[in-house]
Amino acid sequence: MFVEFFFHLRRRGIPVSTTEFLTLLEALEKGLSAASLTTFYGLARSILVKRVEHFDLYDGAFLEFFEDRPFALRPGSEIEDELLSWLQEARFFRELTPEQIAALERLDLEELRRQFEERLQEQDERHDGGNRWIGTGGTSPFGHSGYHPGGIRVGGPGKNRSAVQIAQARRFRNLRTDRVLDTRQIAVALRKLRRLERRGRAEELDLEATVDATARNFGDIDLIFRPPRENQVRLLLLMDVGGSMNPYSELTSRLFSAAHRARHFRRFEALYFHNCPYETLYTDMYRQKGKPTEEVLAEVDSRWCCLIVGDAAMAPEELMQPGGSISYYHLNAEPGIDWLRRIKGQVPRAAWLNPDRPDWWGSYTTRKIGELFPMFPLTLDGLSEAVAEVR
Amino acid sequence: MSNATPTTDPSFETTSSYIASDELRQVVNVALVLQKPLLIRGEPGTGKTLLAHAVAESLQMPLIRWHVKSTTKAQDGLYHYDTVQRLNDSRFGDGDVSEIENYIKLGPLGQAFEAARRSVVLIDEIDKADVEFPNDLLHELDAMSFTVAETGREVAAAHRPFVLITSNAEKELPDAFLRRCIFHYIDFPPPALMTDIVAVHHPGLDQTLLQQCLEKFYWLRDQPQVRKKPSTSELVDWIGALVRSGLDAEALKGDFPFLGVLLKKEADLQALRGRRSG
Repeated sequence: MFVEFFFHLRRRGIPVSTTEFLTLLEALEKGLSAASLTTFYGLARSILVKRVEHFDLYDGAFLEFFEDRPFALRPGSEIEDELLSWLQEARFFRELTPEQIAALERLDLEELRRQFEERLQEQDERHDGGNRWIGTGGTSPFGHSGYHPGGIRVGGPGKNRSAVQIAQARRFRNLRTDRVLDTRQIAVALRKLRRLERRGRAEELDLEATVDATARNFGDIDLIFRPPRENQVRLLLLMDVGGSMNPYSELTSRLFSAAHRARHFRRFEALYFHNCPYETLYTDMYRQKGKPTEEVLAEVDSRWCCLIVGDAAMAPEELMQPGGSISYYHLNAEPGIDWLRRIKGQVPRAAWLNPDRPDWWGSYTTRKIGELFPMFPLTLDGLSEAVAEVR
Repeated sequence: MSNATPTTDPSFETTSSYIASDELRQVVNVALVLQKPLLIRGEPGTGKTLLAHAVAESLQMPLIRWHVKSTTKAQDGLYHYDTVQRLNDSRFGDGDVSEIENYIKLGPLGQAFEAARRSVVLIDEIDKADVEFPNDLLHELDAMSFTVAETGREVAAAHRPFVLITSNAEKELPDAFLRRCIFHYIDFPPPALMTDIVAVHHPGLDQTLLQQCLEKFYWLRDQPQVRKKPSTSELVDWIGALVRSGLDAEALKGDFPFLGVLLKKEADLQALRGRRSG
């Protein structure tokens, strides 16, 4: 059933809209699938899937949907009766009115299936007498063994691999959002941290004011300038470079370099700590050069946003007790949690990014910190959520 | 749906200077037939911008380019009302100030709408503009028309241009915009296709040399410590450098001449040197 393909993709998490589905039907009607599943694979993807991050989901869903269908597994033969009849079903949906389409969006799958079957039955009954659904008879773009209206040649010849084989290759696996965080993607997520305001040097022509001033000036041109809109966001980035963070050091440094290169922040401050921030924060990853936390906090205020990266997993005393610091020679007078509270007090718009998988977040200190800072996984989705939280 | 569709749409084919994969050719033709904007994403250097030139060449349509910058507004693509010029003319008595139309300058989309024949419009690097930019263009791309507010004149496309949009995905594009586009991701070319691409730029290249180059090139891309992966255009330049300096396949054995053509980042060069010596 053709419409099941649509719902199948939606169930697998691909946000296919009705508009896009109708576009696909239009494309099929115009013969763009060339009656080959391989071509259909590419056609449907180009119309229904708009993010590379979803390509792998699509491959998976496509496989799942077509694996058991007889026409999918015979790549050599381009025109298969089953495929043709399957694609033909698409035509009924082209006849839906806008009201019906709207209703379609509200229906659940079971209900839709029932209605669709009724429709099919109705269609069968009327078929002999010539009916309004398939009225034009004989001009179907699909049913005539490779006849393509408009002389449009699409896709390669039959030497292609079958669509199922293409989907099986899962070429886009590493583009999934829930897996990879590359610098560019992080930069995209961080860009959402913006608040535009007009401040600074007047560089942009203010047309309204110029016309106004010129008129007041009896027609002598008086150019008025104003400052361009600029991002006013200030970001404080605190990163754990402790031992348990070693597996994530690559990830953390990517986040840092993305934030560092995103020149659109008004101010950007990045500092490091070991397991838990105490009275000193470090300006380098090796924690050679320190800066008193008091001093850092004096420079920031509620206009700042704060992102803290760390696994939040440590011995309870590191967080809760004076002198609990993991470093043997370091005797902290105040417990780490107090410092965290101070940071939160100074920069209320703060979030915690945890590179550990969320199902590992059960440790005492993780839960304790989670009470203080909203905690998100250090994935692209998590970062986006954290950004939405603090902006 | 426009009724300007010719019944025999020509289809896009690989040109003498641009090799397109079957997938890419199909997707261009789908966008042509459905008359929807085609959004192309892909790594830098995979030929996104060149595609527009190739489509224009293959279909023999004029190409109108619109390079998007961080300050570009949707309005810039339609038209620009040059008020300052008009103010200036009125001040000094130049030109016909009463005719506002004289001060309306059409942007790339406006030009394409008014063109006497179907054209290709390239909206290059759409992600560089403000996040709202694509949304501001939705109506114009759907209806392929707009009204000049100052004169009330309607600029409508006699022939719906083929709109090609490229993006490096620096920003997420809005869903409403994506829904209206046909989408294609230019995957990095596999070695077989790369052989064809290189042949276009360096015809008659020694096959042994080419195989050696490709091997080294893909090996380099696979190195995890290389952050900025070399792209197609860098491979083409690199082979160019090798050819010009008269190096042959023998010289590539155990050596990596002109590495700086492939790797542009100091850190990448160092990481690789460290690896090769260590």
